[in-house]
Amino acid sequence: MATPRTLFDKIWQSHLVDVQEDGSCLIYIDRHLVHEVTSPQAFEGLKLAGRKVRRPDLTLAVADHNVPTSDRSKGIADEESRIQVETLEKNVKDFGVPYFPVLDVRQGIVHIIGPEQGFTLPGMTIVCGDSHTATHGAFGSLAFGIGTSEVEHVLATQTLPQAPAKNMRITVEGKVPEGVTSKDVILAIIGKIGTAGGTGHVVEFAGEAIREMSMESRMTVCNMTIEGGARAGMIAPDETTFAYLKGRPMAPKGGEWELAVEYWKTLPSDEGARYDKEVVLKAEDIIPQVTWGTSPQDVVPVTGHTPDPAAESDPGKKASIERSLAYMGLAPNTPMTEVKIDKVFIGSCTNGRIEDIRAAAAIAKGRKVADSVYAMVVPGSGLVKEQAEQEGLDVILKEAGFDWREPGCSMCLAMNADKLEPGERCASTSNRNFQGRQGPGGRTHLVSPSMAAAAAVTGHLSDVRALAN
Amino acid sequence: MEKFTQLRGTAAPMDMINIDTDMIIPKQYLKTIKRTGLGKHAFAEMRYNEDGSEKPDFVLNKPQYRNAQVIVAEDNFGCGSSREHAPWALLDFGIKCVISTSFADIFYNNCFKNGILPIQVTHEQLRELMDDAGKGSNAVLEIDLENQTIGRPNGESVSFEIDPHRKHCLINGLDDIGQTLQQASKIDSFEEQRKAATPWA
Ligand code: SF4
Repeated sequence: MATPRTLFDKIWQSHLVDVQEDGSCLIYIDRHLVHEVTSPQAFEGLKLAGRKVRRPDLTLAVADHNVPTSDRSKGIADEESRIQVETLEKNVKDFGVPYFPVLDVRQGIVHIIGPEQGFTLPGMTIVCGDSHTATHGAFGSLAFGIGTSEVEHVLATQTLPQAPAKNMRITVEGKVPEGVTSKDVILAIIGKIGTAGGTGHVVEFAGEAIREMSMESRMTVCNMTIEGGARAGMIAPDETTFAYLKGRPMAPKGGEWELAVEYWKTLPSDEGARYDKEVVLKAEDIIPQVTWGTSPQDVVPVTGHTPDPAAESDPGKKASIERSLAYMGLAPNTPMTEVKIDKVFIGSCTNGRIEDIRAAAAIAKGRKVADSVYAMVVPGSGLVKEQAEQEGLDVILKEAGFDWREPGCSMCLAMNADKLEPGERCASTSNRNFQGRQGPGGRTHLVSPSMAAAAAVTGHLSDVRALAN
Repeated sequence: MEKFTQLRGTAAPMDMINIDTDMIIPKQYLKTIKRTGLGKHAFAEMRYNEDGSEKPDFVLNKPQYRNAQVIVAEDNFGCGSSREHAPWALLDFGIKCVISTSFADIFYNNCFKNGILPIQVTHEQLRELMDDAGKGSNAVLEIDLENQTIGRPNGESVSFEIDPHRKHCLINGLDDIGQTLQQASKIDSFEEQRKAATPWA
């Protein structure tokens, strides 16, 4: 009998183009997403070497990091941002790469549009010059972020030299309690394994709580795998996956669809497959989460409080807690629900999908954003925005006092005009609370969309379970 | 890509865990369309005050470390964003080697593409090297990639592990793309076979 294989093993083995004597592997890449920030130097490299893009048909480009989220029919005011977007536009033209222009309704965050278009499919290898490429693993693909030199390598050869990863399985058993979202699940996982807990591994998420999640929720979980240090996160494809993909513009059609589904059903890990590392969590123990510090692992239940460095014996960790608290402007042992906020950001590739906007609107409905708070909602793509507007979610949010914006990365990393001022504190549905991530000196608390909306209407971090109707 | 064989240089101690790529090069400097010129912005938020003046306490601003070529840092160096601007900024500053107990995967890969050697050592070794790096103008380490050793100021040496393929490429300054293109016929036949097996892909 053949050795039982994991989902990762199956995808890896079916993509090996070459294995050298020293064990180094060359793998084939099925899909390559390109954005404006990490690609200019790669295209420049191709030009200098007189090389072409090997498979423009397997490549899709979009500008997302730099684009303004206000009316953009007038173009981009910031000169450097504009040059970067124009450079991408020139490069896709010169190399014949498919591109969604800034004013196209399909434009949006690269990790939102791939799945939305059916560009992302199970069993594939998918790369992008962006660490949150892990998002696409929600479809049972092997998706990981790469650097610009690797972007150039994929453009030129449609392959990548890669070392095999180890297998890790994170199982979330049972059902999540009311008011707890996929964002809370992944934050709780990172809190448990730490930001380097997955280094060198590809994580497969499993268990009832994961299986019961929608595709949107699964994407949120896989998106933040990188915050746990793993190379990629993935979830076995199932009926939920197929139902999401069916009829998407770039998904297979007709007879090919049937063939594809048949193949996708062979992908889930075999019974008895071996994992190098296993972690198990109980869904029922998970409470809405919020970060207090400057690393995604600095996370506590919203019912908890900031840590006390005095209680930490390891000097390195103690110093790190002290540094984080000082940066965040928080005293030790502060209850999280006492932390007042200035801004709320709902969006990003972690939580910029329709389900996230619905969750925020459900809390916002009939309430008002606190006077001291500025709250913004940035849909992940033009299509998400359109759908939300069809459902009337924009009206609910606007009536509550939220600012309804155009799609893009926005205040997830503040490369456009949306940013925190020094010392400002934000409840954010994004994925990184690093120092200065949302603007120099800005302070970020990572939360789920409903928790972000709860913070917006109360003016401080709040337990959404008390507000849910 | 420049070859990496040996390096004799000042090592700067950065006694912190989780030095992420946002710290190494903040996003406001990612708008460049070039690979060069980022050295002056490396560690910008730790290195400069808001008015642009230097923070004298930051290690790379201290006279003895201004020309550092090696960084010695705690766990999980280079975590976070995939930006290759991080190794570009380090290289442009003059850093050719980073020593830590662990590295984030993407950053680790990116180093090799740019001729930077990331060296992983044990916690005990790191403590010793961190002490060495704390010796100011005497904080000189001798890195020998061929023999996989780090020579310490006291004459002792620490050996390290490295993937043989990556070592080979670094020592010879080999360009990955050129090497892969030599396998073009294998890529062609892989594509044909895949087209037959999974036509929708
Ligand atoms: S939304 Fe944030 S994390 Fe996602 S791709 Fe954009 S900048 Fe990166």
